[in-house]
Amino acid sequence: MMAALGALLIRDLKLAARVGGSGLLGVVFFLMLVTLIPFALGPDLNLLRRIGPAILWIAAVLATLIGLDRLFQGDEEDGSLDLMRMSRVPLELTVVVKGLAHWLTTGFPLALLSPLFGLLLAQEPDAMLAVMATLMVGTPALTFIGGIGAALTASLPRGGLILAVLVLPLMIPTLIFGVSAAQAALGGTVPFLTPFLVLAALSLVAIVTGAVASAAALRGGG
Amino acid sequence: MPTSLLWGLANPTRFMALSARILPWMAGLSALVTVAGLYLALFSSPADYQQGETVRIMYIHVPAAWLALALYTIMSASALGTLVWRHPLADVSQKAAAPIGAAFTLLCLITGSLWGKPMWGTWWVWDARLTSVLVLFLIYLGILALWRAIEDPGQAARAVAILTLVGFVNIPIVKFSVDWWNTLHQPASVIRMDGATIDASMLWPLFVMAIGLTLLALTLHMSGMRSEILARRVRSLTLKAADPSAERRLPLGAGSAGAGPA
Repeated sequence: MMAALGALLIRDLKLAARVGGSGLLGVVFFLMLVTLIPFALGPDLNLLRRIGPAILWIAAVLATLIGLDRLFQGDEEDGSLDLMRMSRVPLELTVVVKGLAHWLTTGFPLALLSPLFGLLLAQEPDAMLAVMATLMVGTPALTFIGGIGAALTASLPRGGLILAVLVLPLMIPTLIFGVSAAQAALGGTVPFLTPFLVLAALSLVAIVTGAVASAAALRGGG
Repeated sequence: MPTSLLWGLANPTRFMALSARILPWMAGLSALVTVAGLYLALFSSPADYQQGETVRIMYIHVPAAWLALALYTIMSASALGTLVWRHPLADVSQKAAAPIGAAFTLLCLITGSLWGKPMWGTWWVWDARLTSVLVLFLIYLGILALWRAIEDPGQAARAVAILTLVGFVNIPIVKFSVDWWNTLHQPASVIRMDGATIDASMLWPLFVMAIGLTLLALTLHMSGMRSEILARRVRSLTLKAADPSAERRLPLGAGSAGAGPA
């Protein structure tokens, strides 16, 4: 079973890396958003320093949506999803592995590169590390909440827009605690650890709920 | 709960017959109670010593907020009925509750905003209660969008049921937001452990309004369920007319029974 899941992970990563996959497009999109916002707000470095963590988090939420609509759709179209439904590997675990592959190509590189984008937003080194830590811990929640929407819209011809409408409201708590943890690291009355642990809990809950709900949606959609 | 009654109504034809008899009475009763409640709220109850006449907005606002949560709860219970027991009327009930719940949520937001301008000096604040109700409204809109996106009613019902249950996490957040976060919106004053903290002269009109609007919501819900069942019968008749060989696959009423491909 582990071999099958490992093969699935490698297959999804390969698909993302090759022609037609969304690959590291999320990172490019992230950079694009981080570049756009100072144009809209004006290049006031003090303002950017203050709202930088919020900008990075909003960019992460939007970048997670990249490729999410194709998470199960490609497999639904070419029939591999039917094989996954029939295989002896529980569909929940398949969903977790597919979510992991999506996270490895969007959330993880975003978190890894966020200090670089933090430079553009005049972030202090401490703040950059805090944002990186919150993104590392919080983006799995975004991926797996988004995965529920992806599973619900897998068989729809134009799932992209409705996917965003479905999952963005559910991502709000993650956004709140992600930004508040990053802000808490900059100083304030709340210790960093409190919102950070809530963020970690949100991710764990999202992985479980996301796996169960997405698998239920994929079974029902057939 | 008499489960035999619940399953007795699983036959859509029986539900149609029963609801046709009940519906006019419910409609009449809800109109009567709502008009009485409006009279009590707008004319016979006193103005607040602090808020003046604007307190009368509360008689619409508070029941609307209760119903926004109650209809989501009805929708979630129906979603469980769809997913767990495959009750044939559960997905019809789910679908009928969504627009009504969205309307009451919007009514709650609008009346709250109208009250907030003279009282708080602003149409909108990013307070915990207001924000969580706005998120509730967004979830309602997402559910309505998903209903419209999937063509097959049975498949749409199962997809929406999953989304509804996932979105249910927001309901306790809305309810307890004023207790967990000490923000601008006032805490609960009617349903609380140590008794209501508003005066009886205002409590009674509020209760009458709440009962009237609840009856209105239930009437709308039942009438929405009836039109959804009729719409599904029309759909299966149309399909049958277009493709006579589909008769075996789509017996009359199977569409309304919500039986998707097994």
